[in-house]
Amino acid sequence: MSEEVMLMKGNEAIAHAAIRCGCDGYFGYPITPQSEVMETLMEVEPWKTTGMVVLQAESEVSSINMVYGGAATGKKVMTSSSSPGVSLMQEGISYLAGAELPALIVNVMRGGPGLGTIQPSQSDYFQTCKGGGHGDYRLIALAPASVQEMADFVGLAFDLAFKYRNPAIILADGVIGQMMEKVVLPDFKPRRTDEEIEKQCPWAATGRKMSRKNNIITSLELKPEVMEQNNLRFQAKYKQIEENEVRYEEILCDDAEYLLVAFGCSARICQKACEMAREEGIKLGLLRPITLWPFPTKAIASYANKVKAMLSVELNAGQMVEDVRLAVNGKVPVEHYGRLGGIVFTPDEIVNAVKTKLM
Amino acid sequence: MALEDIIKPENLVYKKPDIMNDNPMHYCPGCSHGVVHKLVAEVIEEMGLVEDTIGVTPVGCAVFAYNYIDIDWEEAAHGRAPALATAIKRLRPNKLVFTYQGDGDLAAIGTAETIHACNRGESIAIIFINNGIYGMTGGQMAPTTIEGMKTATCPYGRDYKLNGYPLKITNQLKDLEGIRYVTRQSVQNAAAVRKTKKAIRKAFENCMDGKGGASVVEVVSTCSSGWKLTPEKANKWMEENMFPQYPLGDLIDKDANK
Repeated sequence: MSEEVMLMKGNEAIAHAAIRCGCDGYFGYPITPQSEVMETLMEVEPWKTTGMVVLQAESEVSSINMVYGGAATGKKVMTSSSSPGVSLMQEGISYLAGAELPALIVNVMRGGPGLGTIQPSQSDYFQTCKGGGHGDYRLIALAPASVQEMADFVGLAFDLAFKYRNPAIILADGVIGQMMEKVVLPDFKPRRTDEEIEKQCPWAATGRKMSRKNNIITSLELKPEVMEQNNLRFQAKYKQIEENEVRYEEILCDDAEYLLVAFGCSARICQKACEMAREEGIKLGLLRPITLWPFPTKAIASYANKVKAMLSVELNAGQMVEDVRLAVNGKVPVEHYGRLGGIVFTPDEIVNAVKTKLM
Repeated sequence: MALEDIIKPENLVYKKPDIMNDNPMHYCPGCSHGVVHKLVAEVIEEMGLVEDTIGVTPVGCAVFAYNYIDIDWEEAAHGRAPALATAIKRLRPNKLVFTYQGDGDLAAIGTAETIHACNRGESIAIIFINNGIYGMTGGQMAPTTIEGMKTATCPYGRDYKLNGYPLKITNQLKDLEGIRYVTRQSVQNAAAVRKTKKAIRKAFENCMDGKGGASVVEVVSTCSSGWKLTPEKANKWMEENMFPQYPLGDLIDKDANK
């Protein structure tokens, strides 16, 4: 099959990729800057072709709980929203993690706190990676830096979610969601049959077969000694994910004397900043975490022996920088550079920040 | 006559449903939950839907319903059961999908989910236990607590000026276009139990005939512990005080006379 190159927004790519990767259900609520996800799905009407269910819920609280309901039956289900909406979803996300259900959440971040602004931001890093909801849980967090990755990460997020029975999140931002780029959509993959789901998800609540014990999907356990064991099981799973699923990209790092660490749209701007810095003779490299959790701690730690200093470049007041500092463990200076409230930095500003903060 | 001559299948006049297991229930003596659980289990079995039912439990006393009826279950966050049921039914349209919720869960924290699931006409059944109190958390005021009724958070009795009015939510649900059947029943005596069973059967049948529309069975119930009354007195108090506020009978049945 020849690769068809298309031009579309990141949000639209999410919708098309969902249909193509055999998603069973999308449940959402409109919020800028990600409304094109549901708009695209409603326009394409996948229920007429693949049988995918698409439903506009009455709130983000309801959409995440629809996801929780659908995921319990072994179906491939997802939602998308933006920062304030994802705040409303935190209860449901904690339940998904506590009941060990696979699901996909997409957060196309905007500036906060509160109602904030509809312009791009990366200020939900803490919420995503440090547990926005209650309890000791982790989300598998993928940070796309292009429309192509928006399309590619939908299938990847579902694969990881089902592999580990854990919710996964695509943490994008208003830039990646709204900008148009060329993209090659993933090949069509049929939705799984009920028999395939039974086989892949023997734990799912699909209607009790008399050949098995009834399946109960719950995060509740009142006996503390059992609840501790449940938590230890989750932690063992998280450790396994940390060992197996770290993803990152290294750009111009081989001879770098200074290292930028940035994800999502910031990484795109940092890439340009690296090129500009090198024209001035500054050997600047970029490490782009693709998985924000599990975080590329080891990779960053290894650069602490090679570079003079690092700059964590984020559209926030300094969130990921904490994880970079933990990885570096004091070996070299780690500084933060960010713009807030929906303002996006230019490559020039980043080069200046390197000069003033690192050199 | 020896005991083994009496206990024979042909002499059997009553038995608990097979899917009700022997786990000791955590419900207090006199609580209505046990009876309603049994009716739900009976109807599922009689309809031959044990393998085709997915139940959704609430937060509240019935959170552990899954410990007593051996079907597939999902336990919802407080108030969110109708959202879960919406997705389950839409993704698995051939299954019987029902929620089992108390008054705090359904009519306070979950009001939006309840109204919107019903208004969308989801083919789900909602079993709504209304005992006018939060049982699980120790007897606090519920949205359905009636005037003057004492609870842990209205210890001098519900005062409309301070606490607002009881939310008679089924009265509102009955007017929604997505609704197919709303009834209010009780289980304090044999006749009432039979009527409630019939109502649950009708609600479950509505979920399975493909015609769509949501069905709600409210069961005006007792909470002896929360009300601080003996089971017998609780039944009497319910009849004298709850029934005038929550009169029994069908509120709407769109299949009637068709």
